[in-house]
Amino acid sequence: MNTAVAHDYSGAPLGAPVYELTKVSKTYARNRVIALEDVSLTLRKGSFTSIIGSSGCGKSTLLKIMAGLIPPTRGRVILQHQPVTGPRRDIGMMFQQATLFPWKTAVENIVLPIEIRDGKAAARKAMDKAHELLDIVGLKGFENVYPNELSGGMAQRASICRMLITEPAVLLLDEPFSALDELSRDMMNMELQRICREQDATAFLVTHSIQEAVILSDDIIVMKPRPGRIAEIVTVDLPRPRTLDMMTTPKFGEIVDHIRGMLDKGEDM
Amino acid sequence: MTEYQTNQPSDAETVQDTVWVQEVAFIDSVPRWIAMTFVFVTFIGTWQFVTSFGFVSPIILPTPMETLKDVLFVGQNLLTAGYMLEPLWITMKEVFYGFALAILIGFSFGVLVGETAFGEKAVMPYLVAIDTMPKVAFAPLFVAWLGFGIESKVALAAFIATFPIVVGTAAGLHAADENARMLFKTMGASRMQTLIKMKLPTGLPQIFTGIKIGAVGVMAGAITGEFLGGGKGFGELIRVAASQLNTPRVFSLILYLSLIGLALYVIVQWTQRKVVFWQQETVGSHNA
Repeated sequence: MNTAVAHDYSGAPLGAPVYELTKVSKTYARNRVIALEDVSLTLRKGSFTSIIGSSGCGKSTLLKIMAGLIPPTRGRVILQHQPVTGPRRDIGMMFQQATLFPWKTAVENIVLPIEIRDGKAAARKAMDKAHELLDIVGLKGFENVYPNELSGGMAQRASICRMLITEPAVLLLDEPFSALDELSRDMMNMELQRICREQDATAFLVTHSIQEAVILSDDIIVMKPRPGRIAEIVTVDLPRPRTLDMMTTPKFGEIVDHIRGMLDKGEDM
Repeated sequence: MTEYQTNQPSDAETVQDTVWVQEVAFIDSVPRWIAMTFVFVTFIGTWQFVTSFGFVSPIILPTPMETLKDVLFVGQNLLTAGYMLEPLWITMKEVFYGFALAILIGFSFGVLVGETAFGEKAVMPYLVAIDTMPKVAFAPLFVAWLGFGIESKVALAAFIATFPIVVGTAAGLHAADENARMLFKTMGASRMQTLIKMKLPTGLPQIFTGIKIGAVGVMAGAITGEFLGGGKGFGELIRVAASQLNTPRVFSLILYLSLIGLALYVIVQWTQRKVVFWQQETVGSHNA
């Protein structure tokens, strides 16, 4: 995102489509359980999209399909003009737990994706970049610290760096801060926004928190369960960059209420 | 008029009125070494008492003093390269080879069982079946197969120590959580990379637990092997001393044996601390 449009509503018209899903369905257990039905969505370059829905609405299934961890039963999944047929280096992923490995220092954890894909020599070369990333997330000076000396929030910052080290085209975030306390969570969300803007990253967030979805996203995909499908895509036209005090504006409240209403309806079905 | 009621005492007077004082259990106020010394002194005292007042025949239980004298005698014999050094050396060799073999075989089978579906489905049930057998009963077989030399003792020692290491390794390989597995998948890691860079390091604490249990078993295996299969080790010295009703000697030989066992355990423990440096010290990690 360049600064010229930074003050603009940063909805759909931002960039070219990066990630495209067309009529993606997933059925489990010999077609008995339909986890996902005809999900179509497009992520544009530099956009932030959240997906929200009650448990069993197929969020995790969708995320796993997008990450190339499981194949869809039907449908097309295209990332950067290439069908996704397995894990790829242009997909970065982050989980609820930081999942840093305690036998590696922070910086060694961060270059792990490079080590796995390109070997130890490449990982050593990526050290400089890892240091830069640590600097960006505010962990300068913690390069050679082992994870069990890091707090929960610091560990998640480090795992952001690990996700970014391969310069992925899309960031898949699976409730990344839900294990943190609310204060750190708000702070980390603002950090995440800043990092996404600086890196011009395309982000896709799975969350249970309506507030979190609204404050971060350009688009919010509201899912309905049984079978998992898209109920509505809500566009959030709050200006960028978002700040925490926007959470008290009437506009914010309206969007939150609207989504909550949708989710309640979903429960009745 | 909004006065907030709090639970905090409002002035010093209230504090003095406090009647409920936290009690500290007596044992918590005693340093460990004093508690341990107490147990030791009680034990030796009882021992001294029952032997010196003739409750027990000295053939069955010598006095602490006699035992100590013999411990010193055996110690001197060992230090001056007396006739007991060679048996000690033989037993140590059996323990060492048996332990090395157990680690090698145990780890290999552990990986087979913990990593492959075939191993888990087809091999594990047999391992469990063999593990439930009284392994000492195999000693005559090992003697028949490998002779009266050190080999049959090494085999029995390894046989006993292998299973905990198999179980520890297999459990360790299953210790990695779902997130870590998923993360490695998203990084496009091969099965080998996942095993070496994630599952094995994650499982090291359990693997070491298995090795520590094995270290205890390997001593028992070597000595049992010597009891049942002859040879020239420390076990043979114990057997001879017992047949001569030289009870103090049996006691002191057992003491020196247990020192070897302890040394083995300490070496493994030390290695674990160096290798699994990230593992938090917990009570459970010392004795699995």
